[in-house]
Amino acid sequence: MSDLLYSEEEEALRAAVRDLLTDHCDAAGVIARIETDTPHDLSLWKSLAEGMGLAGLLVPEDRGGQGATHRETAVVLEELGRAVAPVPYLTSAVVATEALLACAEPGDLLAELASGRRIGALAVGLHTAPRAAFGTVRLEGGALYGELTGIADAAVADVLLVPADDGELYAVEAGAVTVVPQTSLDLTRPLARVVLDGAPGRRTGDAEPAVRRALRAGAGLLASEQLGSAEWSLKETVRHLKDRTQFNRPVGGFQALKHRLAQLWLETVNLRAAARNAADALSTGEDADLAVTVAQSYAAPVAVRAAEEALQLHGGIGMTWEHPVHLHLKRAKADSIAFGTAGAHREALAELVDLRAP
Amino acid sequence: MTDAAELRDRTREFLAANPPADTARQDFLRARFDAGLAWVHFPEGLGGLGLPRSLQAVVDAELEGAGAPDNDPRRIGIGLGMAAPTILQYGTREQKERFLRPLWTGEEVWCQLFSEPGAGSDLAALGTRAVREGEHWVVDGQKVWTSSAHLARWAILIARTDPDVPKHRGITYFVCDMTDPGVEVRPLRQITGEAEFNEVFLTGVRVPDAHRLGEVGDGWRVAQTTLNNERVAIGGMRLPREGGMIGPVARTWRERPELRTHDLHQRLLKLWVEAEVARLTGERLRQQLVAGQPGPEGAGMKLGFARLNQEISGLEVELRGEEGLLYDDWTMRRPELVDFTGRDAGYRYLRSKGNSIEGGTSEVLLNIVAERVLGLPAEPRTDKDVAWKDLAR
Repeated sequence: MSDLLYSEEEEALRAAVRDLLTDHCDAAGVIARIETDTPHDLSLWKSLAEGMGLAGLLVPEDRGGQGATHRETAVVLEELGRAVAPVPYLTSAVVATEALLACAEPGDLLAELASGRRIGALAVGLHTAPRAAFGTVRLEGGALYGELTGIADAAVADVLLVPADDGELYAVEAGAVTVVPQTSLDLTRPLARVVLDGAPGRRTGDAEPAVRRALRAGAGLLASEQLGSAEWSLKETVRHLKDRTQFNRPVGGFQALKHRLAQLWLETVNLRAAARNAADALSTGEDADLAVTVAQSYAAPVAVRAAEEALQLHGGIGMTWEHPVHLHLKRAKADSIAFGTAGAHREALAELVDLRAP
Repeated sequence: MTDAAELRDRTREFLAANPPADTARQDFLRARFDAGLAWVHFPEGLGGLGLPRSLQAVVDAELEGAGAPDNDPRRIGIGLGMAAPTILQYGTREQKERFLRPLWTGEEVWCQLFSEPGAGSDLAALGTRAVREGEHWVVDGQKVWTSSAHLARWAILIARTDPDVPKHRGITYFVCDMTDPGVEVRPLRQITGEAEFNEVFLTGVRVPDAHRLGEVGDGWRVAQTTLNNERVAIGGMRLPREGGMIGPVARTWRERPELRTHDLHQRLLKLWVEAEVARLTGERLRQQLVAGQPGPEGAGMKLGFARLNQEISGLEVELRGEEGLLYDDWTMRRPELVDFTGRDAGYRYLRSKGNSIEGGTSEVLLNIVAERVLGLPAEPRTDKDVAWKDLAR
């Protein structure tokens, strides 16, 4: 049975990440930043990646990383989700890194991503489920041609991992492609169109297993980010309802509202168990497909509802650009599509546990 | 003695001295109690050794391995889960010595006389009266939803001893002898056709003052111990995947492809995921308890369990189509054990309706989560400073 708790080391890591985010990633700052042309916070990324060494958690020490596991990575993602931090952690330190870990010839790139000196992005649409088809580019005369859309954090990537029609995954320097930002629902994890017009690429390994592994880890650990966001929504709403007075009472005393928050609390408690189970299963490799599928079948509706409840229960203030609840709503809604919808994961589950469609 | 190895040795010595194969069941259980291996977290002399509760697993594993009989805990759940911790905390030395041993061995079954027709969620409003007469209390009133009342030797009872003070303050907690001639137990038939529960009519029942638990007027506080232990007992079960209500419906789905529809498939997958996540939450709670980090998560387990049981069993009736129109048996029975996952889909559907009512309604439990876990304010109250006799009823 998986270990579903947090170790003392994991709690210490959480505290350190939370301290950093409290000091350097306040909501007002994030809201100001997403209206600029540079929504990503690269100085925060530098502190997390180079300062704290968190970009290399999934990479073994002898390959230039920290030699930790998905369990610690999940704790970092809980905190990043709580702060809706605009950093390419999930995309570079998890998804691109996992893809390279599956490749026969990752070269120096793996250690570079692990150190945080360079940022990588897997050029597969963010909406792609772990077992779904993904787009490729054409290999012609040794150069790559084509266009891929919905690539998260491509705007800040130094290198893109691009699947081509020969079945290989290529590392392509960002300078060799055109990255066109797409106006994204979630401005804290913006998408871009990547255009390759004769771009040179370095072959790293087979695309199929690398993409599958990367998307599975992304889906499984996304649940921890969703947990962090749902917890923020619940906590802020409870705080607001204790403060806010109407009809000469704190509105949090009205049973109609209390029951909604109690229900949400139950769901976040469940989400924590599902997310820890997925992180633990990814770290041991035992039953990982099932654990990830269960977590992603459960997580998105909870995180979205948490943000929607937060908005509604904050009343008018929840509808304003100034209040951070919209950051969580947009992130949670985008995450409900990222790495496959809950419905897509339930379809995958039908096969995994032999509950077949009619 | 502090560690698991010593406790294991002690259990083995006990087994050597009382070989299960050659010892009558009742004698074995009594000897186990006297050796302190009944519930190791209880004090020495009262069936325990004053050890952490988690070490009980060491004893149980040894005894199970040796094929020892157990005390059939499901049959005596109210005694073990609710009466015993309350007697331990509030009982006199005489009460502990008189009641705990036969309670644990199952020689004496216990039931709980708490709920009344007029006091359900608002239990503190109860109206069963206990009036002092010398060294006795004379009890008159009606209790309801009493499982095991027809089998029980003893009951834990709360009754009103002072109607002139606000409701929480005028209650006293007693141990009631179910063989008293003033006790009448009538089966209460439920929507399943069975009578798991009873109504209990108390008419001039004489309870010795020596059977009072705690101080006069302090019964509400004593009852909190009972009720908190009830909720702990509900949270702690360990299940394999598909171990609960989802198991039978998943098996039917696999074995009967002709019953499948797209709508049922979507709903089944959703419920399967929720059942698996609830199982993981229960497992996480168990790991927290073992690690000595009990969290507030237990408060919510019963809420999720009730809703899931209801939805899954409802789906199962629908899945069975033509067979869903049938019911296995409406015969009125008085079962000794309750099995939520037993019998057929129709029974499970009907029985699970009780899951969101018994042991605290889901609405009350949501209030408890909101107020005690999330710290949200209570509703304004109109009953706190009013004498019980002046309350609306």
